[in-house]
Amino acid sequence: MTEFLQQLLNGISLGAIYALIALGYTMVYGVLRFINFAHSDVFMIGSYVGWFALQRFQFQQPSFLGGITVLTLDMAVCALLGVLIEKLAYKPLRNRSTLTVLITAIGVSLLIQNLAQNQKFGFGPNPKAFPPLFPSKQLQFGDLTLSTNQLAVPIVTLGLLAILYWIVHCTRTGTAMRALSFNATAASLVGINNDRIISFTFALGSSLAGAGGVLYAMNYPSIDPLMGTMPGLKAFVAAVLGGIGNLPGAALGGVLIGLVETFVSGTRLSTFRDAIAFAILIAILLFRPAGLLGKLKVEKV
Amino acid sequence: MPLHPKEPLLTDSTSSSLLFFALITGVFVLMGCRPEVPNSSTKMEPILIGFFGALTGNAAGLGQYTEMGATLAVEEINASGGVLGHPLELRREDNRSLAGESATIVKKLLSRDQVVAIVGDANSGRCLEAGPLCQAAGIPMISPAATLPQVTEIGDFIFRVCFTDPFQGKLMAEFARKNLSLKRIGFLVDATSPYSLGLADVFRDRFTAEGGLVIGEQRYNGGDKDFRAQLTALKADGVEAIFAPRYYHSGGLILRQARELALTFPMLGGDGWEAPELIDVGGSAADGAYFPVHFFAETPTPATRDFLDRFHRRFGKFPTGVSALAFDTLQMIGDALRRSNSIRPKSIRDELAVTRDFPGITGLITMDSHHNAQKSAVIVGVKAGSFQFVSVIEP
Repeated sequence: MTEFLQQLLNGISLGAIYALIALGYTMVYGVLRFINFAHSDVFMIGSYVGWFALQRFQFQQPSFLGGITVLTLDMAVCALLGVLIEKLAYKPLRNRSTLTVLITAIGVSLLIQNLAQNQKFGFGPNPKAFPPLFPSKQLQFGDLTLSTNQLAVPIVTLGLLAILYWIVHCTRTGTAMRALSFNATAASLVGINNDRIISFTFALGSSLAGAGGVLYAMNYPSIDPLMGTMPGLKAFVAAVLGGIGNLPGAALGGVLIGLVETFVSGTRLSTFRDAIAFAILIAILLFRPAGLLGKLKVEKV
Repeated sequence: MPLHPKEPLLTDSTSSSLLFFALITGVFVLMGCRPEVPNSSTKMEPILIGFFGALTGNAAGLGQYTEMGATLAVEEINASGGVLGHPLELRREDNRSLAGESATIVKKLLSRDQVVAIVGDANSGRCLEAGPLCQAAGIPMISPAATLPQVTEIGDFIFRVCFTDPFQGKLMAEFARKNLSLKRIGFLVDATSPYSLGLADVFRDRFTAEGGLVIGEQRYNGGDKDFRAQLTALKADGVEAIFAPRYYHSGGLILRQARELALTFPMLGGDGWEAPELIDVGGSAADGAYFPVHFFAETPTPATRDFLDRFHRRFGKFPTGVSALAFDTLQMIGDALRRSNSIRPKSIRDELAVTRDFPGITGLITMDSHHNAQKSAVIVGVKAGSFQFVSVIEP
């Protein structure tokens, strides 16, 4: 029983990171109907921005305030990066087919990865050790152990999800985002500045990836330019599992994938962990293409 | 009607004769015919030695320290007049710590650079990729630190100057059983690494033979960063220690996550844990880690003290075990070149194979009939963020 509960905690903390990345995928998909594959690289850049910030500030001791500062700064930088990617790579292709944009997204992803691996212009290909961000403590609940670092992930994820939900459902910009996702032409007819809203969506999604990057690096303190690929793919599976385009769905999908992975890893099947995660993707696409919380839309021909 | 293949060549046509000579020359070039001793007209033409390793990527902590050791040796040999009147030159290639890259870069060393010998990666898996190419080309390959037994089984052109996995697995098992008095141990191994799997096998055999029990065995995939699920399962099995042979890269993360799950018992690794990065990533969690290393100057002799100083003066940091091994590897190649008085790879190989009591930094090196050096190992432990001498084990 103790083992089960401990694995549950491990799974939720891993899943919360997937959820955070999945939220970014799902938001961009909801508005633009394409998968932004460069999202996992923004996640990677996020952890490097955190690393540079920590080097620059040289905190004597990791403090709560310092951690929050780094996290906020990181989200701001990633938001800018997201907007930049959107303006340079995707905006010129606004009226092209989705496939064109999708291939471009893969291209942007490879470009960022390879620039980051470059020793001169990027971070270099060697892993870097990520310094402690928040003061960390071990919490004991009977036989269960949890570090505050692990606990921070679901808390930050829930907080950001709440803020996101509020933005999308209770603000004018959010209403515009939803309008855009229903019908872009009609939205522009009623006076919505589509370009501005799309940029805003990218900024929002990328800042979440940045936060994810820092939280991931905090828990797995070795960062490298290709670190985003696997978590990015898992988060994509999570977004599809929950119903792509659906915010609570992405969070739910992330946590589910995290739990499945953790429970599989704790058994003899541990080396099939990734296979099982992707088998879930295939099963979902076959039997419930709209995902767990998504609504199937009938396309009129 | 098909002609006899020799017919046009034997007839009197001039063009055919030319073709014949061209073919003969070509065959000799392809066979890699080299002069017995370097051409005297180009007196200072360097003798090329190939080097391939993980200069970047996840295993760069091993590869870069190997490369520094090799570089220092080459510089010192050249400063004292080189070999056979020629300087040595190291041609470096990087496999970026990736599987599948080594064959390409070693082909480049063999065909483009025409090196006379190759210093192999510290990683056994990479040496398994490159070894068959060197064997087929007839160029000796010496790995400073590939410990997997199969590496030197590739053929008679493949050597190593370090101990092997059966040796280090056995000594870690005995250390765990006798020195640490452990009875119940768990494994955390990388299912994609022959090194990790092989060491676990040797450890299991020895540990159970000594009356211990392996009560949990968990696996992960290379490149994984989350080990909490496996560690939690091992904790539930009630293990008293974990043996996790792989590189420092996963080692640091495993140590850290183990301590976060309140596993305070000893953590055992293989020689791949020896890199400063183990402590960079592991932090205070690295305390209580034990692993074998190839070289550790706890009570330095004047020779090793001097080596440490020279290395530090040149690179601004102290060498790890792989640096000392790579240094010895290059010195041994220089020695074999001198003794064979030729740069023919075949005679270099012959001389390497009969190396006896060569005084290296890591001890006296003697090649056995399987081209392995019999070496002692030092077990180190991490205490307060630094590597500490624990014990030395003779072969």
